[in-house]
Amino acid sequence: MSESLDLRLALAETELENPVLPYLRQDRIPHIWCPGCGIGSVVTSFAEAVRRSKLDRDKIAVVSGIGCTGRVAGYVDFDSMHTTHGRAIPVATGLHLANPDLKVVVFSGDGDLTGIGGNHFIHAARRNMNLTVICVNNFTYGMTGGQVTPTTPSGANASTTPYGNYEYPFSLPFLADAAGATYIARWTSLHSRNVTQSIEEALKHKGFSFVEVISPCTTLYLRRNRLGDGVDTLQYYQDNSILKHGADTRETAIDFQGKMLVGKFVERQKPTYLDAVNATCAKLIGDDYQLYGKTPPEKEAEKKAAAKGKKKAAK
Amino acid sequence: MTEATLKADPKGVLTGVHFIDGDHAACEGALAAGCRFVAGYPITPSTEIVERFAARIPKVGGVFIQMEDELAASIAIQGGVWAGHKVMNVTSGPGLSLMMEHLGYAAMTETPCVWVDVQRGGPSTGLPTLPAQADMMQVKWGSHGDYEIIALSPNSPQECFDLMIKAFNLSEEYRCPVFLMMDEVVGHMTERVNIPPADQIEITDRKWTKKKPGEYKAYATTSDDLVPEMVKAGDGYRIHVTGLTHDERGYPAMDVPNQAKLIPRLLNKIRNNTEQLLDVRMDGCDDADVIVMSFGITSRVATAAIEAARAKGLKVGNLRLIICWPFPVKLIQQLAEKVKAFVVPELNMGQMVLEVRRAVEGKVKVISIPHPGGTVHEPETILEQIIEAAR
Amino acid sequence: MSAEDNAKKGKGTVFVRMEVCKGCSYCIDFCPTHALDFSKEFNQKGYHFPVLNRAEDCTGCDLCGLFCPDFAIFGARWKDLDEKRQQAASQVEP
Repeated sequence: MSESLDLRLALAETELENPVLPYLRQDRIPHIWCPGCGIGSVVTSFAEAVRRSKLDRDKIAVVSGIGCTGRVAGYVDFDSMHTTHGRAIPVATGLHLANPDLKVVVFSGDGDLTGIGGNHFIHAARRNMNLTVICVNNFTYGMTGGQVTPTTPSGANASTTPYGNYEYPFSLPFLADAAGATYIARWTSLHSRNVTQSIEEALKHKGFSFVEVISPCTTLYLRRNRLGDGVDTLQYYQDNSILKHGADTRETAIDFQGKMLVGKFVERQKPTYLDAVNATCAKLIGDDYQLYGKTPPEKEAEKKAAAKGKKKAAK
Repeated sequence: MTEATLKADPKGVLTGVHFIDGDHAACEGALAAGCRFVAGYPITPSTEIVERFAARIPKVGGVFIQMEDELAASIAIQGGVWAGHKVMNVTSGPGLSLMMEHLGYAAMTETPCVWVDVQRGGPSTGLPTLPAQADMMQVKWGSHGDYEIIALSPNSPQECFDLMIKAFNLSEEYRCPVFLMMDEVVGHMTERVNIPPADQIEITDRKWTKKKPGEYKAYATTSDDLVPEMVKAGDGYRIHVTGLTHDERGYPAMDVPNQAKLIPRLLNKIRNNTEQLLDVRMDGCDDADVIVMSFGITSRVATAAIEAARAKGLKVGNLRLIICWPFPVKLIQQLAEKVKAFVVPELNMGQMVLEVRRAVEGKVKVISIPHPGGTVHEPETILEQIIEAAR
Repeated sequence: MSAEDNAKKGKGTVFVRMEVCKGCSYCIDFCPTHALDFSKEFNQKGYHFPVLNRAEDCTGCDLCGLFCPDFAIFGARWKDLDEKRQQAASQVEP
């Protein structure tokens, strides 16, 4: 090999970059998340899922609310909106309805999604709005200092339940199922490959898809509850997660440091919100109604069909 | 500023003479202006606007969704804007109180959108089916932090139509929330509304950028033009929109220099254009001793009182604000050099009168005619105060 | 990059961006073949970052990359790397 070729190869090797990086706004890395925080791992899985799904990157929008997970929108290199606290899903609904060609992904924490934003979560699921919602559930409000959330297990210590949490927590897969979500999976941040696969499936799913990822908050939840560091928690995930695809979502509650079910719990088909809008309006208006929010291939197919029809008429 | 001026899309324009109420006329104004997406939440007395929109939109080509609450409605529309649509947000007092955080979000992210507030008596649930003009200060100051908005005040169904189009155009020109401050009486008053042909309706297009991805910066402005160019999601620009203090790229930048750059620009893009945003109706103000300043439904009562006063030989000017925010401080100052007093009737316990006092700086008398709402003023009450002021 | 020093001892190797590492040790503790150790040095932020001390054990499985919350490490198999090099070489030669 010539010397110049060697040089080129060396260059090629340095160009060989972390496969996640092309999906990140690299000028914003390093991120603000603490050492051992699971959110970064979920972002890695998301990036890999997008790569595998072969979806057009410029037709994906990422929306998040406020909090640690809320910062995801600022780090990923897609069209992204960092909204107000709890309102990621309404913004995603607006983006999706105004431009149904967009695949809108909501990245949200447990407090943001099911505390302040709980109403939007259940209603988007009820409507089977065509959105993908990824919830990084770390059982705490991390950005504000470790307060109790609707998912904090009973008995766990939080800065606003300093003597232990005396509330009953939400089980998010059960909540999503009851509200009408049509794809529901839960993993932990240890299950990177499964998270990737579930997010890929969720991206391709038509309807409201929900992926919950249990994730360590090293600085607040773990420290307050004396659960060691991130590695101890991943070890706990490994020892205590029970894989059960298709599990009854009523069984998915998580006790403090108890066993937890993981897997793909629900996958079913149901008309989405826009499907229902179109069906109703088509019935009302008849042939003149132009279906709202058709994808470009559908529109092209329709044009071709119309052109053929004209030719036939001309003959 | 140079915005592309277009003609209205005929699909949304219901050309002709109609006998409809202010709510319905406002909805027609929005459709004529190009609004094709509304996320609504019902609240008396504004509901007819979204009801008509829901009925009309399948045939016009667009979509309506009734959201789960006002918080969702006021932010879902902003998602719609960033996907490329023109949108409006329709509510009344209690709903508006819930939406305040998202008013700030729209101001901070420079999301063009129209907010319709059909005002009713308050505070709290107050008088759901009766009028007031008591949200005038709330829209200007209700969200936390410093921001500027534009607010228009119609006094008839015809104006609900006309000013709605103007509101949409201003929101695109300045990229800020623009309010249409209706009230229960204007909303439910049925009158003749003339909707012109589409080619006679001028529409301001969004300030779309011509730059390519890579060279475009979401919030870059020049010293001549403080309004940044816009793109929409899905076009390859990979924009980031955040309510955090941000830099020119739109990335969070929470420090003093960026705050010191961003916030004054958000305010100055409106404040520097107060002259262009002056929209008032003046009648007999040149040689007046007393000027009655009013807006919205109160201006109709005021006009009756002014005519009665003139019949008694008094020199009374009629000043009606069409654009209430930004407040025409300079105009009031100029008039204060010439008159003895201002009389300010309004359907609240004294809100816009504070602005008049601030502008006048104690040079002349300013008489407030407050009203707790629920009905309009008696013309006699205003007349008495005019006579008092003219003394 | 550690790849240069460990010329093809194992089935794969890792690439570390040491300056963005926050030393959480996920990659080190969960490496299936225990090929990684903490460095003796600190990075600019004062964290020890991972180094491939037992290159012969690395399979290039990229579990470290999947777990890493900071996008600071990823693994690759020599097989895939060689393929990429060849692709690069074919682009260089006319």
